[in-house]
Amino acid sequence: MTSQPYRLAEGGVIDRTRPLTFSFNGRRLTGYSGDTLASALLANGVHLVGRSFKYHRPRGILTAGTEEPNALVQLEAGNRSIPNLRATRIELYNGLSAASVNCWPGVRFDAGALIDAVHRLVPAGFYYKTFMWPQGGWHVYERLIRRMAGMGRAPEGADPDRYERTNAHCDVLIIGAGPAGLAAAVTAGRSGASVILADERGQPGGSLPDVASDGDVTGTSWLGDTIAELQSMTNVRMFTRTTVTGYFDHNFLIAVERVTDHLGPGAPAHLPRQRLWRIRTSRVVLATGALERPLVFANNDRPGVMLAGSARAYVNRFAVLPGRRAVVVTNNDSAYEAALDLHRNGVEIAAVADLRAVPVGPAAEAAAAAGLNILRGHAVVDTNGRRRVQAVHVAGIGLDGSLTGPVRALHCDLVLMSGGWSPAVHLFSQSGGKLRYDEMLGAFLPDGSRQHVLCAGAMNGVAETASCIVQGQDAGKGDVPAASEPTASTVDAHWPIPARNRSGEVRQFVDFQNDVTAADISLAVSEGYQSVEHLKRYTTLGMGTDQGKTGNVPGIAILAGSLGVPLPAVGTTTFRPPYDPVTFGAIAGRDVGPLADPVRQTPMHAWHAETGAVFEDVGQWKRPFYYPLASETKHDAVARECMAVRRAAGIMDATTLGKIVLSGPDAVRFLNRVYTNAWGGLEVGRCRYGLMLGEDGMVLDDGVTARLAEDRFLMTTTTGNASRVLAWLEEWLQTEWPELDVYLTSVTEQFATVALAGPKARAILTGLTSDIDVSAEAFPFMSWRGGHVAGFPARVFRISYSGELAYEISVPARHGLELWAVLLRSGPDYAVTPFGTEAMHVLRAEKGYLMVGQETDGTVTPIDLGMQWILSTKKDFIGRRSLARSAMLDPLRKRLVGLRTEDPELVLPEGAQILPTAPSGPPETMIGHVTSSYWSGALRRSIALALVKGGRDRESATVHVPLEGRTARAEICDPRFYDPEGLRLHG
Amino acid sequence: MTRYSIFRLARNALAYRPNWPRAWRSPDPRPAYDVVIVGGGGHGLATAYYLAKEHGVSNIAVLEKGWLGGGNTGRNTTIIRSNYLWDESAHLYEKALQLYEGLSRELNFNIMLSQRGVLNLAHNEHDLKEMSRRVRAIRLNGIDSEMLDPQGVKAEVPVINISRQVRYPILGASLQRRGGVARHDAVAWGFARAADARGVDIVQNCEVTGLDVVNSRVRGLRTSRGTIAARKVGLVAAGHSSVLAAMAGLRLPIESHPLQAMVSEPIKPVLNSVVMSNTVHVYLSQSDKGELVIGAGIDGYNSYAQRGSFQIIEGQMGALLELFPSFSRLRMLRQWGGIVDVCPDASPIVGKTPVEGLYINCGWGTGGFKATPGSGWAFAHTIAQDRPHALNAPFTLERFSTGALIDEHGAAAVAH
Ligand SMILES: Cc1cc2nc3c(=O)[nH]c(=O)nc-3n(C[C@H](O)[C@H](O)[C@H](O)COP(=O)(O)OP(=O)(O)OC[C@H]3O[C@@H](n4cnc5c(N)ncnc54)[C@H](O)[C@@H]3O)c2cc1C
Repeated sequence: MTSQPYRLAEGGVIDRTRPLTFSFNGRRLTGYSGDTLASALLANGVHLVGRSFKYHRPRGILTAGTEEPNALVQLEAGNRSIPNLRATRIELYNGLSAASVNCWPGVRFDAGALIDAVHRLVPAGFYYKTFMWPQGGWHVYERLIRRMAGMGRAPEGADPDRYERTNAHCDVLIIGAGPAGLAAAVTAGRSGASVILADERGQPGGSLPDVASDGDVTGTSWLGDTIAELQSMTNVRMFTRTTVTGYFDHNFLIAVERVTDHLGPGAPAHLPRQRLWRIRTSRVVLATGALERPLVFANNDRPGVMLAGSARAYVNRFAVLPGRRAVVVTNNDSAYEAALDLHRNGVEIAAVADLRAVPVGPAAEAAAAAGLNILRGHAVVDTNGRRRVQAVHVAGIGLDGSLTGPVRALHCDLVLMSGGWSPAVHLFSQSGGKLRYDEMLGAFLPDGSRQHVLCAGAMNGVAETASCIVQGQDAGKGDVPAASEPTASTVDAHWPIPARNRSGEVRQFVDFQNDVTAADISLAVSEGYQSVEHLKRYTTLGMGTDQGKTGNVPGIAILAGSLGVPLPAVGTTTFRPPYDPVTFGAIAGRDVGPLADPVRQTPMHAWHAETGAVFEDVGQWKRPFYYPLASETKHDAVARECMAVRRAAGIMDATTLGKIVLSGPDAVRFLNRVYTNAWGGLEVGRCRYGLMLGEDGMVLDDGVTARLAEDRFLMTTTTGNASRVLAWLEEWLQTEWPELDVYLTSVTEQFATVALAGPKARAILTGLTSDIDVSAEAFPFMSWRGGHVAGFPARVFRISYSGELAYEISVPARHGLELWAVLLRSGPDYAVTPFGTEAMHVLRAEKGYLMVGQETDGTVTPIDLGMQWILSTKKDFIGRRSLARSAMLDPLRKRLVGLRTEDPELVLPEGAQILPTAPSGPPETMIGHVTSSYWSGALRRSIALALVKGGRDRESATVHVPLEGRTARAEICDPRFYDPEGLRLHG
Repeated sequence: MTRYSIFRLARNALAYRPNWPRAWRSPDPRPAYDVVIVGGGGHGLATAYYLAKEHGVSNIAVLEKGWLGGGNTGRNTTIIRSNYLWDESAHLYEKALQLYEGLSRELNFNIMLSQRGVLNLAHNEHDLKEMSRRVRAIRLNGIDSEMLDPQGVKAEVPVINISRQVRYPILGASLQRRGGVARHDAVAWGFARAADARGVDIVQNCEVTGLDVVNSRVRGLRTSRGTIAARKVGLVAAGHSSVLAAMAGLRLPIESHPLQAMVSEPIKPVLNSVVMSNTVHVYLSQSDKGELVIGAGIDGYNSYAQRGSFQIIEGQMGALLELFPSFSRLRMLRQWGGIVDVCPDASPIVGKTPVEGLYINCGWGTGGFKATPGSGWAFAHTIAQDRPHALNAPFTLERFSTGALIDEHGAAAVAH
């Protein structure tokens, strides 16, 4: 067999000087640069490409484009593999390797095809009616059914390629670079507007190369001239291999540019594989063309049955003959053009069966003049052939749609069908556009949108190239294109074409990928699934990877017919984005791996990392959890760090706490509203602890706020809530209290903060500052001083979360690492120990201090925490009214308590549930849970905090805590375990 | 109702033209009903079914403005589980799960309940603590739940990435083995068919445009297909609940937000369990057709348009690929949105209203599919008896003024 036996010697836009080798299902074949995988397969006489989803029927190549439902392949293998690509869209590259999907062991002999033999057992909606016996039986059946799921396979391993996401803005976005789109672009470009012209194909020109072998039907050099002019315009950007696939509100559109897919795995490494464009535009011109529809006749799904326009594209664009002897069946004029082009290139046209009694149209006339065998008022009613069509059966069809006369068989290896054209209104519908049904064209056309979008060319139902160009020019100017002359050629809708054997079983396919037949649609209707959406869901019509681009209108027509209503009464299903499937990687862009979410690090991070700190993710921050020495366990490290703080001194990186500067004359008023306590009396130089509640009265956040000046405060928030609190405050300021003169500035990252805690803290600090008097009298608890520490400008806050004498030292962020180093060096006399967040958790729990997010979970009020003292009764604050609701006063609310386990060695797991009595079998009565639980080195026993119904009213009661395989007993106690009088921190 | 049976299946398989009876009628609305349910989603249809079946109410209509099941019931990611933290929620969702377990047989319609297990991932210390609390509470309520370490997660979900070298590594997970998914349309259709068989009129393309309330008592409804008198009216309209309640002069503490979901192209099975992560905001499962069904967090703004913004999809995708790097080359096939009705405490409202004869069932937000049969069952009881069942008694409208909230926010940052 010669190589590429179906390739014409000349013509087409392929490059015969660049032959390419590729493999399909393991077979080595050749094609040319400029081929798609589909055209290259056809050039080699390969028609059987895949198997359908449900019945595993042999399937060939139906189309030459995006709308392809049948020819799905798995491209490449391993971690570069891609499932379900359409052979009609894959640009051939050297070394390409592809295989059929959904078949085993192979596409020629596929075990799954057994289903086809018993297909009558499994019509549409079958699953809903069965597999219910016995109870739970579905789980067994499902396991088997699930094996049949899916088409291709997910790749193995992580994606080696890179993707990008980028933004573009323009005055006019023109989608589709066919005659209408090119005309629109050139017109808009000449006006000086910034223009983006996007087309999914590799070159501009749209369908022109499909319909004429010289690539230009205008008979002039219009195409070449137009492209040249566009290329010369600096205000016009032309995107090729770019599919605009989503149309959202406010003229925001999504496009995918396939940057290197056509180069295959050998693409230059510096390029991303694909780029997702997010385009915002003032105006959109849709010139997306039209998609041809199949006809619905018995066994219309065999390989070798092809859309007429697509066959024409294979001949003209790719110089490939899709067969040697063809039968054409059509309900409109356009298929004659295909017939003529194939005929001219040596394909024998056995007959053209025209469903119309009186074929009208220029192409029909030309075909008659060329002597083609035209059968008026005829239809193809059946086909033969297993893996490739071998013959068709034709019969007369009357005006009423019934068959007349004898059925004749015609041998052929190719069937061209045309059921008319559906304008590609998908994006238009996504934009919120309405459609109207045009009887003459038998198609839905755009009809008014709520966004600024114009439609031009074939997507407006226009057939002639010249008229498309005129419409494009109008749209390019920003005018609604004038309606063009209605074409003489009409469409005779016959959905479906009756079968010759009315009593027997008939399978006329509407959705080729999902194996939905006309009979399935009638069945669904008779069962009551009559809404077009019910039909779609019940039969899976239009739910394949092609999203029903070819079969939707025939399906709707058959539905209308079964219901006995006019087609427009049925309407269409919603066109959901995307128009064409979008690679996950392209959607994520660079937001993967370490960039999935920004990592925030403090200025001291490098030291922590070098020292071997174990980190904890808190929000986006990396915080040192603990600093294990050589072979220390977490428990040992934390115990050591805690003891160091209690006995000498420790330092902790507290940079991550949120810091917000509030400035303005109304700052006090604002604080009074957002915090539960009063702020008026706070003097400059002093600090105060505050609790923030949600409107529901629940604790939202806490922190210390310092008065920097009469009209300036510095607020701290918890690490995890910093951005939430800022947003919360801004929302109140901007939407509820715009009259308040207060400005908020986040300064979290401007300052590095080190908490220095322990009985030696004052001595250490004294040695590091000359301009701050750190004596107990001059610098009391809950105050702050400005000056220098270790030579750096600093603010020092005397506050404590550990219960020890403690200072928090803030310096400009750039000095953070040095300050840290200086503090460490201030040992060995004082043995300053770095401690992590876990030691901090233990220290504060020993003091019974709450930790937001641990003792609180959005359901805890200040009263529940035993913090009535912080609720001002003299003013209003957010959440106050909610605290007065009846359920808030319930004495049985869960409130904060301490827990002492009977066994002092036992550290209860956090989250453990608390029962009033020993467990007796579920459901148990749970009265609370353990919120914090640690080993306390200072107390030489375990401690725990808990929220328990009734709270300290239950003090001294024994409660039961079910654990894995046993139950622990514990006593309810005061949550302040360590230094309850606070002597140490005031020291 | 003609039952689906093996016998009938066989007979129809042998016939060239299968002859199955209609699943439901398409009646015109009658002038008056004892009970009118507004909203033909799963919850509304289930309510009608249980009213007819459990409470002998015979004169019921369900009014649906579009096609039945076309709201959130037909748009959700179908995750079913009952592993809720608070007792009130746990009991209600567990009732629903138990009803689900027998529902295919009950309705004689295969709703394809697939108990393939639901994993909730933990990505940080805080998640782990929350998980420990939740799993313990759930188990003590007698509901199955277990904790997995990263290796355990990998054993359940071999395709997941448990490397520590990712932005938010997986530190563990909770697993409810009885959790899973069901076919959403089948739930709506199964209830519709069974309700229809018990005489319920399901009226589609019938939009309720007004409620007649006289002296704080409901008298009937105005609809796009005429006025209808009713002794009792149940509102079950999900995202549009506030609109309907306003027709009776009620304000609900509900915000309506878009919630989006998407599916990939169908691929051969790679993912058996349902995987959810609140922290990175993504959840997914693989359908029996082979599509990955993926959802994310809600859009932040309020809306009644059933579409969301693309940034949400972008955000969830980065998170998804962190968990499943090998999915990067798969492709998104379809994307859509629904309008979810979110309560401040992320728990539903199922009960009476200040208007006599008017009942409301809403606020299921991002996670009500799993509750469908339980919700209908309890709401039917409430309407029939004019008082809530113990299961839904805590889920009152008044709780927002008394403060007796059932705050499932921890559970419901994404609670599907
Ligand atoms: C994307 C997405 C994913 C989700 N994922 C999950 C999940 O995984 N698990 C889970 O448990 N839940 C999930 N949910 C939530 C779940 O879908 C809903 O909570 C549940 O389906 C609500 O059911 P329903 O019957 O109350 O509402 P719907 O199904 O929305 O039904 C309400 C009906 O009321 C009708 N209606 C409204 N106004 C009127 C009127 N004026 N007159 C007449 N009829 C009217 C509507 O047309 C609609 O059909 C998800 C939701 C979405 C949107």
